[in-house]
Amino acid sequence: MGKYILKRILIAVPVLIGITIIDYAIMCLAGSPLEMLQGPRVSQAAVEAKRIALGLDQPVYVQYFVWLGQLLHGNLGYSMKSYQSVSSMIGSHLGPTLLLMGVSLLVSLLLAVPAGIYSAIHQYSRGDYTVVTISFLGSSVPGFFLSMLFVYVFTIKLGWLPSSGMTTLGTQGGAADVAKHMVMPVMVLAFSMAGSNIRYIRSAVLEILQQDYLRTARAKGIGRFRVINKHALRNALVPVITVIGMEIPVLFGGAVIIEQVFSWPGLGLMTMSAISNRDYPVIMGVCLLSAIVVLAANLVTDILYALVDPTIQLD
Amino acid sequence: MVNHRKRIFRKKAAYAVADAEGYREQDIHSESYLQTVWRRFKRHHLATVSLAVVAVVAGAALLAPVIAPYDPTEIAGAFAQPPSKDFWLGTDLIGRDMLSRLLYATRISLLVGVMATLISTVIGVILGLVAGYFGGVADMVIMRFTDMVMSFPYILLVLVAAAIFKPGLWNIILILGFVDWPGIARLVRGNVLNLRETNFVKGNIVAGMSLWHILFSEILPNTVAPILVYATSVLALSILDEAALSFLGQGVQPPTASLGNMLNGAQSVTVLTSQPWLWITPGLLIVVIVMAINFIGDALRDALDPNGGLG
Repeated sequence: MGKYILKRILIAVPVLIGITIIDYAIMCLAGSPLEMLQGPRVSQAAVEAKRIALGLDQPVYVQYFVWLGQLLHGNLGYSMKSYQSVSSMIGSHLGPTLLLMGVSLLVSLLLAVPAGIYSAIHQYSRGDYTVVTISFLGSSVPGFFLSMLFVYVFTIKLGWLPSSGMTTLGTQGGAADVAKHMVMPVMVLAFSMAGSNIRYIRSAVLEILQQDYLRTARAKGIGRFRVINKHALRNALVPVITVIGMEIPVLFGGAVIIEQVFSWPGLGLMTMSAISNRDYPVIMGVCLLSAIVVLAANLVTDILYALVDPTIQLD
Repeated sequence: MVNHRKRIFRKKAAYAVADAEGYREQDIHSESYLQTVWRRFKRHHLATVSLAVVAVVAGAALLAPVIAPYDPTEIAGAFAQPPSKDFWLGTDLIGRDMLSRLLYATRISLLVGVMATLISTVIGVILGLVAGYFGGVADMVIMRFTDMVMSFPYILLVLVAAAIFKPGLWNIILILGFVDWPGIARLVRGNVLNLRETNFVKGNIVAGMSLWHILFSEILPNTVAPILVYATSVLALSILDEAALSFLGQGVQPPTASLGNMLNGAQSVTVLTSQPWLWITPGLLIVVIVMAINFIGDALRDALDPNGGLG
């Protein structure tokens, strides 16, 4: 097991380095952040001084290695806009995003796991068709459109829920206030995720139901209830783990749009403003962070497989 | 719906009898592959309806210049009129006809979806074929590159690229096309790895057929079905992504209408509150199109599945 983990980490390292190179290459095509400074009041000399101060007069590969060297010392660089360190910016925005992502993932699993299992057990029934159709709706609705519908209904028409931010302005906040602000973004994220998850879990459970060991269990005559709850559901844990692993990169992306719509003060909102300001170090930092998270999620998924299902051999 | 289940059982029973009488073989001979697929596709009623919906929407989009009542970029009436006899879906904030804009927007959104899917399918198929057939270093390099592209959160990558390459119709198509391929590449590679071990491919190698012939006339046709199924889901995703990008203002730029950028204006509270016809119709149209494509993909998967039986 330890050997396997080590091997996977060693494979991940060149992928990560490749990601930083692609990242940097794209950034260089982007155009200079100095363009943002230029204006009638900024003299050419000032721009030139800025260029040297930021190290932009060096060749691209030198800039890349400087950045990479700093990275190895734990320094992600400084924002070109606010002069804050990128790691502290990420640190201060990570909390709200993790909160939003964690709760959405949990809610989507609470929706998808029972629905998927129900659907598989009652295959071709009216309930199955309803669940599958709803799940298709979930994966076909653009998150931002669903957000607008929710805001229209729950904020404008009913006035129940706040539509932006994490806490009410001018108040101290508190858990109840944050929870109230979270309801709509969580509903949107969870509904879109549950869409594909339901179908995935359904087909995985359908496959399990056809296995020989379930036929044996049925043949023993222990009754449908125990066959499903004791023998089938335990094995359905594997697809659930797969689903969680698959959703983490999706969540990272989905959060960008949803945070924008609901002005949720997380990484997504920060990234969008960094993108429009061409704040390279911040964009690089976020891309690197998300790539690490995705690679780590893949690794953890594979390890969990082996823990849940002893028949899976890691090599 | 409950009947559906019974019908399948009846059909299976019928085939079992037919099998014994050698009827089934004759059935295969008299029916072409496409006819079989079509018969199996039709079993999904929702997918059949979806096919009709997509045909109607795509037809209307293609014929937009003929059937649109007004010019989509000309001011045709008063500002922000609710739906009426003259303007079936109302007018937008500067008085352009919503129905005409919607028709042209669908045209653009479908164009983006189809072109992006084509590009990513071609890239994915070629990389998958090369990685799967040649193996070794080529396989390793291509698969590691695939891992890299897949490790980026999708929307983040697209957004960064769109911000860099200046938003616009063809840039969006290229960006989506160059980002969507890893799934197809992996799928094709997996299939090629299996096919390479089959006797008919080995036979071709022994017979000294050209590489080109083996790759494109022997291997590729045998992996078309899963590619087609996967491509429908890429199509649905690209349409959603174009909508999201244009909604964020990083996609198709006005005055060209796309389904996403028609929703962009609704971020203002006045539009959201008092002019719902400006954002509900384009939003619903996206949902209908994407859902129909997803249903078709689902039915295609079942219809093309070689293990799915004849019934």
